Amino acid sequence: MVTHATRSPGHQVTSKIIIQQLSIWFGKVLALRSLNLEIQGNEILGVIGPANSGKTSFLRQLNRLNELEASFRMSGEVILDNKNIQHIKPEALRKRVGMIFALPQVLPISIYDNVAYGVRMHDGKSKSELDGIVEDSLKSSFLWDEVKDRLKELATKLSGGQQQRLCISRTLAVKPEVVLFDEPCSGLDPISTAKVEESMLKLKEKYTIVLVTNNTKQAARVSDRTAFFLTGELVEIDKTHKLFTAPKDKRTEEYIQGKFG
Amino acid sequence: MKLRQIKEFIIEKLIFLSGILSILFVVLIFTFLLKEGFLFFKEISIKTFITGKYWYPISDPEQFGILPLILGSLIVTLGAIIVSVPLSIACAFYISEVAQGRIKDILKAGIEMLAAIPSVVLGFIGMTTLVPFLKNVFNLPTGLTALSGSIMLGLMAMPTIITISEDAINAVPKSYKEGALALGATRWQAMYRVIIHAALPGIIAASMLGIGRVIGETMAVMMITGNAAVIPTTFLQPVRTLTATIAAEMGETVHGSMHYYSLFAIGIILFVITFIINVTADMFLHRNKK
Repeated sequence: MVTHATRSPGHQVTSKIIIQQLSIWFGKVLALRSLNLEIQGNEILGVIGPANSGKTSFLRQLNRLNELEASFRMSGEVILDNKNIQHIKPEALRKRVGMIFALPQVLPISIYDNVAYGVRMHDGKSKSELDGIVEDSLKSSFLWDEVKDRLKELATKLSGGQQQRLCISRTLAVKPEVVLFDEPCSGLDPISTAKVEESMLKLKEKYTIVLVTNNTKQAARVSDRTAFFLTGELVEIDKTHKLFTAPKDKRTEEYIQGKFG
Repeated sequence: MKLRQIKEFIIEKLIFLSGILSILFVVLIFTFLLKEGFLFFKEISIKTFITGKYWYPISDPEQFGILPLILGSLIVTLGAIIVSVPLSIACAFYISEVAQGRIKDILKAGIEMLAAIPSVVLGFIGMTTLVPFLKNVFNLPTGLTALSGSIMLGLMAMPTIITISEDAINAVPKSYKEGALALGATRWQAMYRVIIHAALPGIIAASMLGIGRVIGETMAVMMITGNAAVIPTTFLQPVRTLTATIAAEMGETVHGSMHYYSLFAIGIILFVITFIINVTADMFLHRNKK
């Protein structure tokens, strides 16, 4: 079952990303099979499913990271704001569609430089503008208070949870429209996880968020809608509370009850 | 059961012996070098040896100043670095980040071939092609110059630098690159802002090992640098290196003479230089692994 956003004339189109008949192969292996899905603006879409369900391939298609693999092939379309992403330059697309990885990848440079890294890469900003962007980005990920007095310190000295929030700041600093989270809390303790989730809920006001997670409870806590993937197929997508309380598909029910996966 | 134990014992001792032998040889060579060299340093101080400007080992009175030789080695090495390091790093990047499939295989095979060319052959080729070419281009009295040595030695150092740099680049976690790309970096931006940064210790180590090879190289330099023991002022004049001096003079010297011992003393200096370079390279490689 796929819920479609209203697209009749007179109604505002709320879908940020529309995915049509998307299939992905790596070599001969089919990772994702004819996916149809719409992601609405300013929602958190949770994506759950066991290993090899295609959820990561799906996520990495939204910013075209899949194509770094030599064996990657695809069919179908991903449309971002009425434009097929295959017709957008990958650099430009990835600036608009940011991504947070499972393991935080901070660079061995200062906290400040980590956040400023992407901004500097894209356009020359003055020192004061850059300072403002760094501060705003660190505030959005609730890291500012913890690091404001030591912005010049090496980012690698931060704890795992802080590093992950630093990566969020770094992504936000380039002013994306969509933020993809790829199991962002898989290596974090519960307190750090709570902080990352808190920042996600805050980010929703400005950004569209897709959260791939192995932790079904996390999807239940933060996402507005949740999609359940299994062996490369979308089994079910619905409002999160509906999917978790009254799933339509037997397989969804078994998965969220922990019977497999 | 007994027989098996004896067999184990013998094999174990044999392996131990082969291991210890290599160390033993190093120690023997080193003591021999030191012993012969120190006989020389009893007569002439290290300072006059290193800073002396004239190398006239068989005139009367004899003069043992190796400053021109040290500077000769350094200028050839410096030139070789300028020729080989940028080219090799660019090549390593091309192979590991850009080239795909067949081109990559061909390039890698080609570089191994380059490493397999004996240095005397490179010297010979340099002598017959590069030397006359430089003579004509720069309108020099002779093409046997520091520059010809630098170019040929640069070629010789390239395979070492390329292969080790390539390993260092490949060792950079894929996630670094993905992280940069996900922020909207172009392939080139990811390369020079992230990958070079992460692979730098390995690349430096690779360059150092390449340099170590250049300093120790003898045959090619002897054939194409002209072997004039004067203090070099430009790349376009003949120079003589430490290694070429030992190789050229060892055969003619009287066993047990001061000249004979002075060549061992040069050997010690050379050993110290290459040792320092290799240790530094090793430190960088080690840091890279941590």
